Amino acid sequence: MTHWVWAVTLFFMVTSGLQIFNAHPILYLGQQSGFGDKQYLGPQAGHGNKQFNNTILDIHAERHEGGIVGVTSILGHDFDTTGLLGMSGSKDQPIYQAFPEWATIPSYFDLATGRVIHFFFAWILVPTWCVWLCASVINGHLWHDIVPKLSDLRLLPGDIISHLRLEFPRKRSYNVLQKLSYAAILILVIPGMILTGLTMSPGVDSAWPWLLDVFGGRQTARLLHFCGMLVIVLFFVVHIVMVIAAGPINEMRSMITGWYRGDDPEAAGGGA
Amino acid sequence: MSKIAPDRRRLLGQLGAAASLLTLGGCDAFDGVLGVGDPVHNFLRKANVLTREAQRAIQGPAPMAREYPASAIREGQRPNGSTDPQTDDYLAIQKDDFAGYRLQVTGLVDKPLSLSLNELRAMPSRTQITRHDCVEGWSCIAQWTGVQLSRVLDRAGIKPAARYVVFRCYDSMDDTLSDQTLYYESIDLISARHPQTILAYGLNGQALPIANGAPLRVRIEQQLGYKMAKYIRAIEIVDSFAKIAGGNGGYWEDRGYDWYAGS
Ligand code: HEM
Repeated sequence: MTHWVWAVTLFFMVTSGLQIFNAHPILYLGQQSGFGDKQYLGPQAGHGNKQFNNTILDIHAERHEGGIVGVTSILGHDFDTTGLLGMSGSKDQPIYQAFPEWATIPSYFDLATGRVIHFFFAWILVPTWCVWLCASVINGHLWHDIVPKLSDLRLLPGDIISHLRLEFPRKRSYNVLQKLSYAAILILVIPGMILTGLTMSPGVDSAWPWLLDVFGGRQTARLLHFCGMLVIVLFFVVHIVMVIAAGPINEMRSMITGWYRGDDPEAAGGGA
Repeated sequence: MSKIAPDRRRLLGQLGAAASLLTLGGCDAFDGVLGVGDPVHNFLRKANVLTREAQRAIQGPAPMAREYPASAIREGQRPNGSTDPQTDDYLAIQKDDFAGYRLQVTGLVDKPLSLSLNELRAMPSRTQITRHDCVEGWSCIAQWTGVQLSRVLDRAGIKPAARYVVFRCYDSMDDTLSDQTLYYESIDLISARHPQTILAYGLNGQALPIANGAPLRVRIEQQLGYKMAKYIRAIEIVDSFAKIAGGNGGYWEDRGYDWYAGS
Protein backbone atom coordinates (compact mmCIF):
# COMPACT_ATOMS: atom_id res chain seq x y z
CA MET A 1 0.00 0.00 0.00
CA THR A 2 2.72 2.50 0.92
CA HIS A 3 4.00 1.87 -2.61
CA TRP A 4 1.25 4.06 -4.07
CA VAL A 5 1.71 6.76 -1.45
CA TRP A 6 5.34 6.87 -2.58
CA ALA A 7 4.38 6.95 -6.24
CA VAL A 8 1.84 9.77 -5.92
CA THR A 9 4.01 11.81 -3.55
CA LEU A 10 7.15 11.53 -5.65
CA PHE A 11 5.20 12.40 -8.80
CA PHE A 12 4.03 15.67 -7.26
CA MET A 13 7.40 16.39 -5.63
CA VAL A 14 9.22 16.09 -8.96
CA THR A 15 6.73 18.05 -11.06
CA SER A 16 6.25 20.85 -8.49
CA GLY A 17 10.01 20.87 -7.89
CA LEU A 18 10.63 21.48 -11.58
CA GLN A 19 8.07 24.32 -11.42
CA ILE A 20 10.13 25.85 -8.58
CA PHE A 21 13.35 25.30 -10.49
CA ASN A 22 11.96 27.22 -13.46
CA ALA A 23 11.70 30.39 -11.35
CA HIS A 24 15.50 30.58 -11.31
CA PRO A 25 16.91 27.81 -13.50
CA ILE A 26 20.50 28.28 -12.42
CA LEU A 27 22.41 26.18 -9.88
CA TYR A 28 25.48 27.33 -7.97
CA LEU A 29 28.13 25.93 -5.66
CA GLY A 30 28.48 27.37 -2.15
CA GLN A 31 26.51 29.61 0.20
CA GLN A 32 25.30 32.13 -2.37
CA SER A 33 24.79 32.85 -6.06
CA GLY A 34 27.65 34.49 -8.00
CA PHE A 35 26.00 36.41 -10.79
CA GLY A 36 29.21 37.02 -12.77
CA ASP A 37 28.74 39.76 -15.35
CA LYS A 38 24.96 39.58 -14.89
CA GLN A 39 25.31 40.95 -11.38
CA TYR A 40 23.99 44.23 -10.12
CA LEU A 41 26.56 47.01 -10.43
CA GLY A 42 24.62 49.95 -9.05
CA PRO A 43 25.79 52.43 -6.44
CA GLN A 44 27.59 49.66 -4.58
CA ALA A 45 29.74 48.77 -7.56
CA GLY A 46 32.76 49.04 -5.28
CA HIS A 47 31.64 45.81 -3.67
CA GLY A 48 31.02 44.15 -6.99
CA ASN A 49 33.31 41.45 -8.25
CA LYS A 50 32.49 40.67 -11.85
CA GLN A 51 34.58 37.52 -11.60
CA PHE A 52 32.38 35.98 -8.94
CA ASN A 53 30.74 33.23 -10.90
CA ASN A 54 30.05 29.89 -9.23
CA THR A 55 27.45 28.67 -11.72
CA ILE A 56 27.26 24.92 -12.31
CA LEU A 57 24.13 24.63 -14.44
CA ASP A 58 22.24 27.32 -16.33
CA ILE A 59 19.21 26.65 -18.54
CA HIS A 60 17.99 29.58 -20.64
CA ALA A 61 16.93 30.81 -24.08
CA GLU A 62 19.36 32.74 -26.26
CA ARG A 63 19.06 34.74 -29.47
CA HIS A 64 21.27 33.30 -32.19
CA GLU A 65 21.59 34.28 -35.86
CA GLY A 66 19.12 31.63 -36.94
CA GLY A 67 16.57 32.56 -34.24
CA ILE A 68 16.06 31.80 -30.56
CA VAL A 69 17.44 28.55 -29.16
CA GLY A 70 17.18 26.74 -25.83
CA VAL A 71 20.58 26.41 -24.18
CA THR A 72 21.67 24.16 -21.33
CA SER A 73 25.01 25.25 -19.99
CA ILE A 74 26.91 22.81 -17.77
CA LEU A 75 30.12 24.14 -16.19
CA GLY A 76 30.34 26.70 -18.98
CA HIS A 77 29.83 24.20 -21.82
CA ASP A 78 26.76 25.06 -23.89
CA PHE A 79 24.43 22.46 -25.38
CA ASP A 80 21.57 23.21 -27.74
CA THR A 81 18.48 21.73 -26.07
CA THR A 82 15.78 23.50 -28.10
CA GLY A 83 12.47 21.67 -27.85
CA LEU A 84 13.18 20.25 -24.41
CA LEU A 85 15.12 22.59 -22.12
CA GLY A 86 15.24 26.39 -22.25
CA MET A 87 12.76 26.62 -25.09
CA SER A 88 9.91 24.27 -25.95
CA GLY A 89 6.41 24.36 -27.35
CA SER A 90 5.66 24.73 -31.04
CA LYS A 91 7.14 27.09 -33.63
CA ASP A 92 4.11 29.37 -33.51
CA GLN A 93 3.82 29.23 -29.75
CA PRO A 94 7.29 28.89 -28.29
CA ILE A 95 7.51 28.57 -24.51
CA TYR A 96 10.50 30.02 -22.75
CA GLN A 97 10.65 27.84 -19.66
CA ALA A 98 13.66 25.87 -18.47
CA PHE A 99 11.65 22.65 -18.10
CA PRO A 100 8.77 22.24 -20.57
CA GLU A 101 5.07 22.45 -19.76
CA TRP A 102 4.55 18.69 -19.68
CA ALA A 103 7.09 18.31 -16.88
CA THR A 104 5.76 20.89 -14.42
CA ILE A 105 2.66 21.39 -12.27
CA PRO A 106 0.90 23.64 -13.05
CA SER A 107 1.98 23.44 -16.70
CA TYR A 108 2.20 27.25 -17.00
CA PHE A 109 4.64 29.22 -14.87
CA ASP A 110 3.23 29.60 -11.32
CA LEU A 111 5.88 29.56 -8.61
CA ALA A 112 3.36 30.22 -5.81
CA THR A 113 1.33 27.11 -6.61
CA GLY A 114 4.44 25.02 -7.24
CA ARG A 115 5.69 25.83 -3.75
CA VAL A 116 2.31 25.22 -2.12
CA ILE A 117 2.15 21.74 -3.71
CA HIS A 118 5.80 20.97 -2.95
CA PHE A 119 5.48 21.73 0.75
CA PHE A 120 2.13 19.99 1.12
CA PHE A 121 3.59 16.77 -0.28
CA ALA A 122 6.79 17.24 1.72
CA TRP A 123 4.51 16.92 4.75
CA ILE A 124 3.24 13.60 3.33
CA LEU A 125 6.67 12.37 2.30
CA VAL A 126 8.42 12.82 5.63
CA PRO A 127 5.89 10.82 7.73
CA THR A 128 5.67 8.16 5.00
CA TRP A 129 9.41 7.69 5.10
CA CYS A 130 9.46 7.58 8.91
CA VAL A 131 6.66 5.01 9.01
CA TRP A 132 8.37 2.94 6.33
CA LEU A 133 11.67 3.05 8.24
CA CYS A 134 10.16 2.09 11.59
CA ALA A 135 8.06 -0.69 10.09
CA SER A 136 10.98 -2.08 8.10
CA VAL A 137 13.24 -2.13 11.12
CA ILE A 138 10.60 -3.79 13.28
CA ASN A 139 9.43 -6.45 10.82
CA GLY A 140 12.91 -7.13 9.47
CA HIS A 141 12.09 -6.09 5.88
CA LEU A 142 14.99 -3.65 6.01
CA TRP A 143 17.66 -6.28 6.83
CA HIS A 144 16.15 -9.23 4.98
CA ASP A 145 15.05 -7.63 1.76
CA ILE A 146 16.60 -4.18 1.34
CA VAL A 147 20.10 -3.92 2.78
CA PRO A 148 22.39 -6.02 0.55
CA LYS A 149 24.46 -8.65 2.33
CA LEU A 150 27.94 -9.93 1.58
CA SER A 151 26.54 -13.10 0.07
CA ASP A 152 24.36 -10.93 -2.17
CA LEU A 153 27.33 -8.98 -3.41
CA ARG A 154 28.94 -12.22 -4.58
CA LEU A 155 25.91 -12.75 -6.81
CA LEU A 156 26.23 -9.24 -8.22
CA PRO A 157 28.31 -9.97 -11.36
CA GLY A 158 25.97 -12.72 -12.46
CA ASP A 159 22.99 -10.52 -11.79
CA ILE A 160 24.39 -7.70 -13.90
CA ILE A 161 25.12 -10.08 -16.77
CA SER A 162 21.64 -11.54 -16.76
CA HIS A 163 20.13 -8.04 -16.69
CA LEU A 164 22.29 -7.01 -19.61
CA ARG A 165 21.00 -10.01 -21.54
CA LEU A 166 17.48 -8.82 -20.74
CA GLU A 167 16.82 -11.91 -18.68
CA PHE A 168 14.98 -11.25 -15.46
CA PRO A 169 14.92 -13.86 -12.76
CA ARG A 170 11.49 -14.28 -11.25
CA LYS A 171 12.27 -14.88 -7.66
CA ARG A 172 10.27 -14.03 -4.63
CA SER A 173 12.98 -12.04 -2.92
CA TYR A 174 14.51 -8.96 -4.49
CA ASN A 175 17.57 -9.59 -6.63
CA VAL A 176 20.87 -7.89 -5.85
CA LEU A 177 20.59 -4.96 -8.24
CA GLN A 178 17.06 -4.36 -7.04
CA LYS A 179 18.22 -4.42 -3.44
CA LEU A 180 21.05 -2.01 -4.15
CA SER A 181 18.81 0.48 -5.91
CA TYR A 182 16.01 0.30 -3.35
CA ALA A 183 18.57 0.72 -0.57
CA ALA A 184 20.11 3.71 -2.33
CA ILE A 185 16.76 5.42 -2.86
CA LEU A 186 15.18 4.72 0.52
CA ILE A 187 18.19 5.01 2.79
CA LEU A 188 20.28 7.65 0.99
CA VAL A 189 18.32 9.66 -1.57
CA ILE A 190 15.00 10.23 0.24
CA PRO A 191 16.58 11.35 3.54
CA GLY A 192 19.07 13.36 1.48
CA MET A 193 16.18 15.13 -0.27
CA ILE A 194 14.56 15.88 3.07
CA LEU A 195 17.75 17.27 4.58
CA THR A 196 18.76 19.35 1.55
CA GLY A 197 15.17 20.60 1.33
CA LEU A 198 15.36 21.72 4.95
CA THR A 199 18.74 23.38 4.33
CA MET A 200 17.16 25.61 1.69
CA SER A 201 14.71 26.95 4.30
CA PRO A 202 16.02 30.07 6.04
CA GLY A 203 13.82 29.31 9.06
CA VAL A 204 15.37 25.87 9.48
CA ASP A 205 18.90 27.23 8.96
CA SER A 206 18.41 29.50 11.96
CA ALA A 207 17.41 26.53 14.11
CA TRP A 208 19.99 24.11 12.73
CA PRO A 209 22.86 26.11 11.22
CA TRP A 210 24.99 22.94 11.08
CA LEU A 211 22.93 21.86 8.06
CA LEU A 212 24.73 24.59 6.10
CA ASP A 213 28.07 23.02 7.05
CA VAL A 214 26.96 19.48 6.28
CA PHE A 215 25.98 20.38 2.72
CA GLY A 216 28.48 23.18 2.08
CA GLY A 217 26.02 26.05 1.85
CA ARG A 218 22.47 26.77 0.78
CA GLN A 219 23.21 26.87 -2.93
CA THR A 220 25.16 23.60 -2.82
CA ALA A 221 22.16 22.10 -1.02
CA ARG A 222 19.97 23.29 -3.91
CA LEU A 223 22.38 21.71 -6.39
CA LEU A 224 22.34 18.40 -4.48
CA HIS A 225 18.54 18.57 -4.18
CA PHE A 226 18.39 18.84 -7.96
CA CYS A 227 20.80 15.90 -8.44
CA GLY A 228 18.68 13.83 -6.06
CA MET A 229 15.65 14.63 -8.22
CA LEU A 230 17.55 13.36 -11.27
CA VAL A 231 18.40 10.12 -9.45
CA ILE A 232 14.74 9.63 -8.49
CA VAL A 233 13.60 10.19 -12.09
CA LEU A 234 16.23 7.73 -13.34
CA PHE A 235 15.13 5.20 -10.75
CA PHE A 236 11.53 5.66 -11.85
CA VAL A 237 12.33 5.04 -15.52
CA VAL A 238 14.38 1.91 -14.78
CA HIS A 239 11.74 0.74 -12.30
CA ILE A 240 9.00 0.92 -14.96
CA VAL A 241 11.18 -0.91 -17.48
CA MET A 242 11.90 -3.66 -14.96
CA VAL A 243 8.28 -4.03 -13.89
CA ILE A 244 7.23 -4.49 -17.48
CA ALA A 245 10.09 -6.89 -18.13
CA ALA A 246 9.22 -9.01 -15.10
CA GLY A 247 5.59 -9.29 -16.12
CA PRO A 248 3.22 -6.54 -15.12
CA ILE A 249 0.37 -8.73 -13.89
CA ASN A 250 2.41 -10.53 -11.28
CA GLU A 251 4.17 -7.33 -10.15
CA MET A 252 0.88 -5.52 -9.81
CA ARG A 253 -0.42 -8.33 -7.69
CA SER A 254 2.58 -8.07 -5.40
CA MET A 255 2.42 -4.30 -5.19
CA ILE A 256 -1.24 -4.26 -4.33
CA THR A 257 -1.51 -7.37 -2.19
CA GLY A 258 2.09 -7.74 -1.09
CA TRP A 259 2.28 -11.27 -2.60
CA TYR A 260 4.57 -12.14 -5.45
CA ARG A 261 4.16 -15.47 -7.25
CA GLY A 262 7.55 -16.97 -8.01
CA ASP A 263 8.28 -19.47 -10.75
CA ASP A 264 9.23 -21.92 -8.05
CA PRO A 265 5.86 -23.31 -6.92
CA GLU A 266 7.06 -24.39 -3.48
CA ALA A 267 8.35 -20.93 -2.72
CA ALA A 268 4.98 -19.22 -3.09
CA GLY A 269 4.30 -17.25 0.05
CA GLY A 270 4.50 -13.99 1.95
CA GLY A 271 6.02 -10.97 0.26
CA ALA A 272 6.88 -7.44 1.21
CA MET B 1 14.85 -22.64 -9.51
CA SER B 2 14.02 -21.94 -13.11
CA LYS B 3 14.56 -18.68 -14.89
CA ILE B 4 12.38 -17.59 -17.75
CA ALA B 5 13.79 -15.20 -20.31
CA PRO B 6 10.88 -13.06 -21.45
CA ASP B 7 10.21 -12.64 -25.11
CA ARG B 8 12.32 -9.62 -25.90
CA ARG B 9 10.12 -8.43 -28.71
CA ARG B 10 7.11 -8.42 -26.45
CA LEU B 11 9.14 -6.47 -23.88
CA LEU B 12 9.95 -3.71 -26.35
CA GLY B 13 6.33 -3.49 -27.42
CA GLN B 14 5.22 -3.06 -23.84
CA LEU B 15 7.84 -0.40 -23.26
CA GLY B 16 6.51 1.54 -26.22
CA ALA B 17 2.97 1.28 -24.91
CA ALA B 18 4.06 2.50 -21.47
CA ALA B 19 5.94 5.45 -22.98
CA SER B 20 2.91 6.60 -24.95
CA LEU B 21 0.73 6.29 -21.85
CA LEU B 22 3.09 8.52 -19.93
CA THR B 23 3.07 11.28 -22.54
CA LEU B 24 -0.73 11.16 -22.68
CA GLY B 25 -0.98 11.99 -19.00
CA GLY B 26 0.73 15.36 -19.29
CA CYS B 27 0.87 17.62 -16.29
CA ASP B 28 -1.71 20.10 -17.55
CA ALA B 29 -4.34 17.65 -16.28
CA PHE B 30 -4.23 19.47 -12.94
CA ASP B 31 -4.20 23.06 -14.20
CA GLY B 32 -7.94 23.54 -13.72
CA VAL B 33 -8.04 22.88 -9.99
CA LEU B 34 -4.70 24.01 -8.61
CA GLY B 35 -4.40 27.67 -9.59
CA VAL B 36 -4.24 30.57 -7.16
CA GLY B 37 -7.67 31.05 -5.55
CA ASP B 38 -8.94 27.54 -6.35
CA PRO B 39 -10.26 25.56 -3.36
CA VAL B 40 -7.64 22.83 -3.84
CA HIS B 41 -4.87 25.43 -3.79
CA ASN B 42 -6.33 26.95 -0.63
CA PHE B 43 -6.55 23.54 1.01
CA LEU B 44 -2.95 22.57 0.21
CA ARG B 45 -1.86 25.98 1.43
CA LYS B 46 -2.96 25.13 4.97
CA ALA B 47 0.21 23.06 5.32
CA ASN B 48 1.96 26.41 5.79
CA VAL B 49 0.59 26.59 9.37
CA LEU B 50 2.18 23.21 10.06
CA THR B 51 5.47 24.45 8.60
CA ARG B 52 5.38 27.58 10.77
CA GLU B 53 4.61 25.68 13.96
CA ALA B 54 7.24 23.02 13.23
CA GLN B 55 9.90 25.61 12.48
CA ARG B 56 9.05 27.61 15.59
CA ALA B 57 9.24 24.40 17.65
CA ILE B 58 12.77 23.56 16.50
CA GLN B 59 13.90 27.18 16.57
CA GLY B 60 13.50 27.91 20.26
CA PRO B 61 13.15 31.46 21.57
CA ALA B 62 15.80 33.38 19.59
CA PRO B 63 17.16 31.34 16.68
CA MET B 64 20.01 33.30 15.13
CA ALA B 65 20.49 33.23 11.38
CA ARG B 66 24.13 32.65 10.49
CA GLU B 67 26.20 35.81 10.33
CA TYR B 68 29.07 35.66 7.83
CA PRO B 69 32.56 37.22 7.82
CA ALA B 70 33.16 40.33 5.67
CA SER B 71 35.06 38.18 3.15
CA ALA B 72 31.75 36.47 2.26
CA ILE B 73 30.50 39.69 0.60
CA ARG B 74 31.45 38.95 -3.00
CA GLU B 75 29.14 41.24 -5.01
CA GLY B 76 26.51 43.95 -4.70
CA GLN B 77 23.16 42.98 -3.20
CA ARG B 78 21.00 41.88 -6.12
CA PRO B 79 17.77 43.94 -6.15
CA ASN B 80 14.45 42.34 -7.05
CA GLY B 81 10.79 43.39 -7.30
CA SER B 82 10.48 47.18 -7.42
CA THR B 83 13.87 48.78 -8.01
CA ASP B 84 12.91 52.36 -8.89
CA PRO B 85 9.45 53.32 -7.59
CA GLN B 86 7.61 55.99 -9.57
CA THR B 87 4.68 56.81 -7.27
CA ASP B 88 4.23 60.56 -6.65
CA ASP B 89 4.73 60.22 -2.92
CA TYR B 90 7.98 58.38 -3.39
CA LEU B 91 9.34 60.81 -5.96
CA ALA B 92 8.52 63.63 -3.53
CA ILE B 93 10.61 62.23 -0.66
CA GLN B 94 13.35 61.16 -3.03
CA LYS B 95 13.85 64.73 -4.29
CA ASP B 96 15.66 66.03 -1.21
CA ASP B 97 17.47 62.76 -0.61
CA PHE B 98 14.88 61.63 1.98
CA ALA B 99 15.53 64.58 4.33
CA GLY B 100 11.76 65.06 4.66
CA TYR B 101 11.06 61.36 5.17
CA ARG B 102 9.12 60.33 8.27
CA LEU B 103 8.43 56.76 9.34
CA GLN B 104 4.92 56.60 10.76
CA VAL B 105 4.20 54.10 13.53
CA THR B 106 0.46 53.75 14.04
CA GLY B 107 -2.32 51.37 15.04
CA LEU B 108 -2.49 49.54 18.37
CA VAL B 109 0.19 51.63 20.06
CA ASP B 110 0.20 53.80 23.18
CA LYS B 111 2.06 56.61 21.43
CA PRO B 112 2.03 56.95 17.62
CA LEU B 113 5.46 57.92 16.27
CA SER B 114 6.76 59.91 13.34
CA LEU B 115 10.51 59.36 13.03
CA SER B 116 12.99 61.00 10.67
CA LEU B 117 15.95 59.10 9.25
CA ASN B 118 18.27 60.99 11.61
CA GLU B 119 16.16 60.00 14.60
CA LEU B 120 16.29 56.36 13.50
CA ARG B 121 20.07 56.59 12.99
CA ALA B 122 20.44 58.09 16.49
CA MET B 123 18.93 54.97 18.05
CA PRO B 124 21.29 52.08 18.93
CA SER B 125 22.19 50.30 15.68
CA ARG B 126 22.87 46.73 14.70
CA THR B 127 25.09 45.62 11.80
CA GLN B 128 24.87 42.08 10.49
CA ILE B 129 26.30 40.22 7.50
CA THR B 130 23.61 37.78 6.46
CA ARG B 131 22.40 35.72 3.51
CA HIS B 132 19.39 36.94 1.60
CA ASP B 133 17.34 34.02 0.22
CA CYS B 134 14.98 34.88 -2.62
CA VAL B 135 11.81 32.86 -3.15
CA GLU B 136 13.04 32.30 -6.72
CA GLY B 137 15.94 30.25 -5.38
CA TRP B 138 19.05 32.46 -5.40
CA SER B 139 21.01 33.76 -2.40
CA CYS B 140 23.24 36.80 -1.85
CA ILE B 141 25.32 37.79 1.20
CA ALA B 142 25.47 41.45 2.27
CA GLN B 143 26.01 43.65 5.29
CA TRP B 144 22.95 45.41 6.69
CA THR B 145 22.83 48.23 9.24
CA GLY B 146 19.75 49.50 11.02
CA VAL B 147 17.77 49.78 14.21
CA GLN B 148 16.13 46.76 15.77
CA LEU B 149 12.39 46.82 15.12
CA SER B 150 11.80 45.83 18.77
CA ARG B 151 13.31 49.17 19.89
CA VAL B 152 10.89 51.11 17.72
CA LEU B 153 7.99 49.01 18.97
CA ASP B 154 9.05 49.59 22.58
CA ARG B 155 9.28 53.33 22.03
CA ALA B 156 5.73 53.37 20.67
CA GLY B 157 4.50 50.93 23.30
CA ILE B 158 2.27 48.27 21.76
CA LYS B 159 -1.12 47.45 23.20
CA PRO B 160 -1.95 43.95 24.53
CA ALA B 161 -4.34 43.25 21.62
CA ALA B 162 -1.52 43.67 19.06
CA ARG B 163 -0.68 40.56 17.02
CA TYR B 164 0.91 41.66 13.75
CA VAL B 165 3.22 44.32 12.41
CA VAL B 166 2.18 45.54 8.95
CA PHE B 167 4.65 47.34 6.68
CA ARG B 168 3.06 49.86 4.32
CA CYS B 169 5.26 50.73 1.37
CA TYR B 170 5.69 53.51 -1.19
CA ASP B 171 6.10 51.24 -4.19
CA SER B 172 3.43 49.87 -6.44
CA MET B 173 4.37 46.61 -8.16
CA ASP B 174 1.89 46.92 -10.99
CA ASP B 175 2.38 50.62 -11.71
CA THR B 176 -1.35 51.15 -11.99
CA LEU B 177 -1.00 53.45 -8.97
CA SER B 178 -4.23 52.32 -7.35
CA ASP B 179 -4.13 51.83 -3.60
CA GLN B 180 -4.82 48.13 -3.93
CA THR B 181 -1.48 47.36 -5.51
CA LEU B 182 0.81 49.21 -3.11
CA TYR B 183 3.30 46.75 -1.66
CA TYR B 184 2.67 45.66 1.90
CA GLU B 185 3.74 42.83 4.18
CA SER B 186 3.02 41.55 7.68
CA ILE B 187 4.83 39.54 10.35
CA ASP B 188 3.85 38.32 13.78
CA LEU B 189 5.36 39.63 16.99
CA ILE B 190 7.77 36.69 17.30
CA SER B 191 9.45 37.71 14.04
CA ALA B 192 9.08 41.40 14.84
CA ARG B 193 10.84 41.10 18.20
CA HIS B 194 13.68 38.90 16.92
CA PRO B 195 17.06 40.53 17.66
CA GLN B 196 18.11 40.23 13.97
CA THR B 197 14.94 41.89 12.69
CA ILE B 198 16.06 45.41 11.86
CA LEU B 199 14.81 48.44 9.98
CA ALA B 200 17.81 48.85 7.71
CA TYR B 201 19.08 52.18 6.38
CA GLY B 202 22.58 50.98 5.44
CA LEU B 203 23.88 48.36 3.01
CA ASN B 204 27.51 47.26 2.66
CA GLY B 205 28.73 50.30 4.57
CA GLN B 206 26.81 52.89 2.54
CA ALA B 207 23.40 54.49 2.67
CA LEU B 208 20.74 52.06 1.48
CA PRO B 209 20.48 52.51 -2.34
CA ILE B 210 17.13 53.11 -4.04
CA ALA B 211 17.24 49.75 -5.80
CA ASN B 212 17.46 47.99 -2.43
CA GLY B 213 14.67 49.92 -0.71
CA ALA B 214 15.82 53.41 0.34
CA PRO B 215 15.30 55.04 2.69
CA LEU B 216 14.19 52.16 4.92
CA ARG B 217 13.55 48.42 4.52
CA VAL B 218 13.12 45.57 6.95
CA ARG B 219 15.38 42.54 7.39
CA ILE B 220 13.75 39.34 8.70
CA GLU B 221 16.54 36.80 8.59
CA GLN B 222 14.40 33.70 9.28
CA GLN B 223 12.28 34.25 6.18
CA LEU B 224 12.49 34.75 2.41
CA GLY B 225 13.06 38.00 0.56
CA TYR B 226 9.46 38.87 -0.26
CA LYS B 227 8.74 39.34 3.47
CA MET B 228 11.41 42.02 3.75
CA ALA B 229 9.42 45.03 2.56
CA LYS B 230 11.37 47.87 0.93
CA TYR B 231 10.50 51.61 0.72
CA ILE B 232 8.67 51.46 4.07
CA ARG B 233 6.34 54.37 4.61
CA ALA B 234 4.50 53.32 7.75
CA ILE B 235 4.38 50.57 10.33
CA GLU B 236 0.92 49.65 11.51
CA ILE B 237 0.31 47.46 14.54
CA VAL B 238 -2.88 45.42 14.12
CA ASP B 239 -4.76 42.51 15.64
CA SER B 240 -5.76 41.12 12.21
CA PHE B 241 -4.84 41.72 8.58
CA ALA B 242 -8.04 40.19 7.20
CA LYS B 243 -9.35 43.58 6.05
CA ILE B 244 -6.13 44.81 4.43
CA ALA B 245 -6.02 44.56 0.59
CA GLY B 246 -6.67 40.91 -0.37
CA GLY B 247 -6.72 39.82 3.28
CA ASN B 248 -3.81 37.38 3.10
CA GLY B 249 -1.26 39.54 4.87
CA GLY B 250 0.93 40.68 1.99
CA TYR B 251 1.24 41.65 -1.64
CA TRP B 252 2.58 38.23 -2.70
CA GLU B 253 0.39 36.38 -0.21
CA ASP B 254 -2.61 37.87 -2.03
CA ARG B 255 -1.14 36.25 -5.15
CA GLY B 256 -0.88 32.72 -3.76
CA TYR B 257 2.38 32.75 -1.80
CA ASP B 258 2.63 31.43 1.76
CA TRP B 259 2.26 33.90 4.63
CA TYR B 260 4.97 32.24 6.71
CA ALA B 261 7.99 32.48 4.43
CA GLY B 262 10.46 30.43 6.45
CA SER B 263 10.83 27.71 3.81
C1 HEM C 1 11.95 13.49 -2.58
C2 HEM C 1 11.31 14.21 -3.39
C3 HEM C 1 11.68 15.62 -3.78
C4 HEM C 1 11.98 16.03 -5.03
C5 HEM C 1 12.03 15.16 -6.29
C6 HEM C 1 12.24 17.45 -4.97
C7 HEM C 1 12.57 18.23 -6.07
C8 HEM C 1 12.82 19.59 -6.02
C9 HEM C 1 13.28 20.40 -7.13
C10 HEM C 1 13.57 19.87 -8.53
C11 HEM C 1 13.38 21.69 -6.69
C12 HEM C 1 13.82 22.90 -7.49
C13 HEM C 1 15.13 23.44 -6.96
C14 HEM C 1 16.25 22.47 -7.18
O1 HEM C 1 16.39 22.02 -8.32
O2 HEM C 1 16.92 22.11 -6.22
C15 HEM C 1 12.99 21.71 -5.32
C16 HEM C 1 12.97 22.83 -4.52
C17 HEM C 1 12.73 22.83 -3.17
N1 HEM C 1 12.48 21.72 -2.39
FE1 HEM C 1 12.28 19.82 -3.03
N2 HEM C 1 12.10 17.88 -3.68
C18 HEM C 1 11.79 16.79 -2.90
C19 HEM C 1 11.59 16.79 -1.54
C20 HEM C 1 11.64 17.91 -0.73
C21 HEM C 1 11.40 17.91 0.70
C22 HEM C 1 11.05 16.68 1.53
C23 HEM C 1 11.53 19.19 1.13
C24 HEM C 1 11.40 19.77 2.51
C25 HEM C 1 11.83 19.20 3.57
C26 HEM C 1 11.85 20.01 -0.03
C27 HEM C 1 12.07 21.38 0.01
C28 HEM C 1 12.34 22.16 -1.09
C29 HEM C 1 12.54 23.59 -1.02
C30 HEM C 1 12.51 24.46 0.23
C31 HEM C 1 12.76 24.01 -2.34
C32 HEM C 1 12.92 25.45 -2.81
C33 HEM C 1 14.34 25.81 -3.05
C34 HEM C 1 14.45 27.03 -3.86
O3 HEM C 1 14.21 28.12 -3.34
O4 HEM C 1 14.77 26.91 -5.04
N3 HEM C 1 11.92 19.20 -1.14
N4 HEM C 1 12.65 20.42 -4.92
